[in-house]
Amino acid sequence: MKRYFDFYTSMMRVSVLEQWQYPIANYFYMIGMLAEPVIYMVVWSAVAEQQGGSVGGYTPGSLAAYYIVWTLVRQMNIAFTPYGWEWRIRQGRLSMSLLRPMHPLHEDVAFFAGWKVVMIILWIPLALVLSLIFKPDLNPTLLDGVIFFVAIWMAYLIRTVTLSLLGMVTFWTTRVSALFELYFAAELILSGRLVPLSLMPDWVQRAAWFFPFRWAFGYPIEVLVGNMSVNDLFIGLGMQFVWVFFGAVFVSQIWKIAIRRFSAVGG
Amino acid sequence: MPSVISISKLAKHYQVPEREAGLKAAAKGLFKRTYKTVKAVDEISFDIQPGEVVGFLGPNGAGKTTTLKMLSGLLHPTSGGLSVLGYEPAKRNHDYLRQITLVMGNRNQLSWDLPALDSFDLQRAIYSIPTDEFKRTRDEFVELLELRDLVQKPVRNLSLGERMKMEFVGALLHKPKILFLDEPTLGLDVTMQKRIRSFVAEYNKRYGATVLLTSHYMADVEALCRRVIVIHHGRLLFDGDLAALVEKFSAFKTVGFTLDNPAADLSQYGDVVSIDGSRVMMRVPKEKTSAVTSRLLTELSVDDLTVEAAPIEDVIESVFAVRKEALE
Repeated sequence: MKRYFDFYTSMMRVSVLEQWQYPIANYFYMIGMLAEPVIYMVVWSAVAEQQGGSVGGYTPGSLAAYYIVWTLVRQMNIAFTPYGWEWRIRQGRLSMSLLRPMHPLHEDVAFFAGWKVVMIILWIPLALVLSLIFKPDLNPTLLDGVIFFVAIWMAYLIRTVTLSLLGMVTFWTTRVSALFELYFAAELILSGRLVPLSLMPDWVQRAAWFFPFRWAFGYPIEVLVGNMSVNDLFIGLGMQFVWVFFGAVFVSQIWKIAIRRFSAVGG
Repeated sequence: MPSVISISKLAKHYQVPEREAGLKAAAKGLFKRTYKTVKAVDEISFDIQPGEVVGFLGPNGAGKTTTLKMLSGLLHPTSGGLSVLGYEPAKRNHDYLRQITLVMGNRNQLSWDLPALDSFDLQRAIYSIPTDEFKRTRDEFVELLELRDLVQKPVRNLSLGERMKMEFVGALLHKPKILFLDEPTLGLDVTMQKRIRSFVAEYNKRYGATVLLTSHYMADVEALCRRVIVIHHGRLLFDGDLAALVEKFSAFKTVGFTLDNPAADLSQYGDVVSIDGSRVMMRVPKEKTSAVTSRLLTELSVDDLTVEAAPIEDVIESVFAVRKEALE
């Protein structure tokens, strides 16, 4: 355990140092990512105002809160994508990772966790600017805040295991892009990324329960802005644990089969 | 003494899809794919003793890197027996990985944007090296490779040779017992190649490590390896002393001499390789060397006559040429 703690802190430190080399580039990257939620926010706020001040229970203020928290959750659940898997196999990076006495997924998790530390620091001023412009209606309790903190890291882990599963398809075919696009489309609809899930049809809301997307995106946002009951807060957290646990087991089993197919094409 | 590396009939085969050019063949390929089996490594066997430095030679595509990747656990063999330090590499046991390293001349594991010191510290954490031991080893290697003034510079600002030296420090911080070196001096200038060679030799001497080295630079092999293993098309062609290889496969010797009139007809003595001013280099069949040198001394009154074994590159080339027919 001590060994892993030492590795995680060292890897996160390296990641933070690397990302601080390019703060401007990271800022531009983050600003670019803001376009998506700002468009959603403006559109849905307009719809709410046209419908007499709210849509599906969301006012312009609560929609602003939803999408501002969205920007943080989006940063938090960035994980190593299948495109990254393709890249690292072709570049021979995976070979280098495989030579280490540590599962390569630890490297991924620690590296992106370190990156998030930098991104959160960079996010704060942007969130303040967005708040001044859009005036979010946000009144979380202390419990909401604590659960939100756990939930955003769990969301990161859920997305890491699901994207890793997708990335491992690279061991069978190098053309995973199409599959990733399919995943992205499903995530957009079933996660609460496009629109709060409560604004979606009932069947979509029911279906969302059985996929990982909601637990990696919509749930952490709802914890902070959705006035959830204590019961629902903990059920959501439980669902996140279930997805992380079974996802990790699944990754570990698929990995054992996948790695036998590794041909180290990139070196 | 028991072997640290033991390979028996090791093979790695790939199924590679193939089809004719053109639309018709592409459409046919959608329904019925044909595959060709490529034998990257074809039932090779050898043993390596602790502390040996062995040159692993062969032309491009011979199967050297594939063999090194199987030895380091990156690839699963198709068949055959493979044991390194008593471990089966493909299982990638962490205790095994802590005792080996693979350095590839065209790959790097150091963080590009940070000083190498930061990457070294990450290596410490990955290999769970006690801090005191880590600092001692790091400083020792930094000193040996004369990197003191460079370790605080971002890796991206280092030259290729300096980066390679840093790679060596990072790759050896955990003091591996076995070094797999795949073209470690690729693209480096002569001085840097020499520095890397002397570092590998010193590491082998200090820690008794076993080294398996592939290189297209024969100077690396001559400087470090007493034993060489030669493979071609995945098959083992030669395994033995470098000197024995030269003796066995060198059909020629190089005779050099200084002549007042290098324009004279020398074809009766051997093949002229080069003429530089008054200095002539000539290739002479090995069994005729004594006779030719005697004739040169008496008939042409030459000065500064030297007789050298053929360059190792030529010897290796003749190994491939001699065995090619046997393989095809």
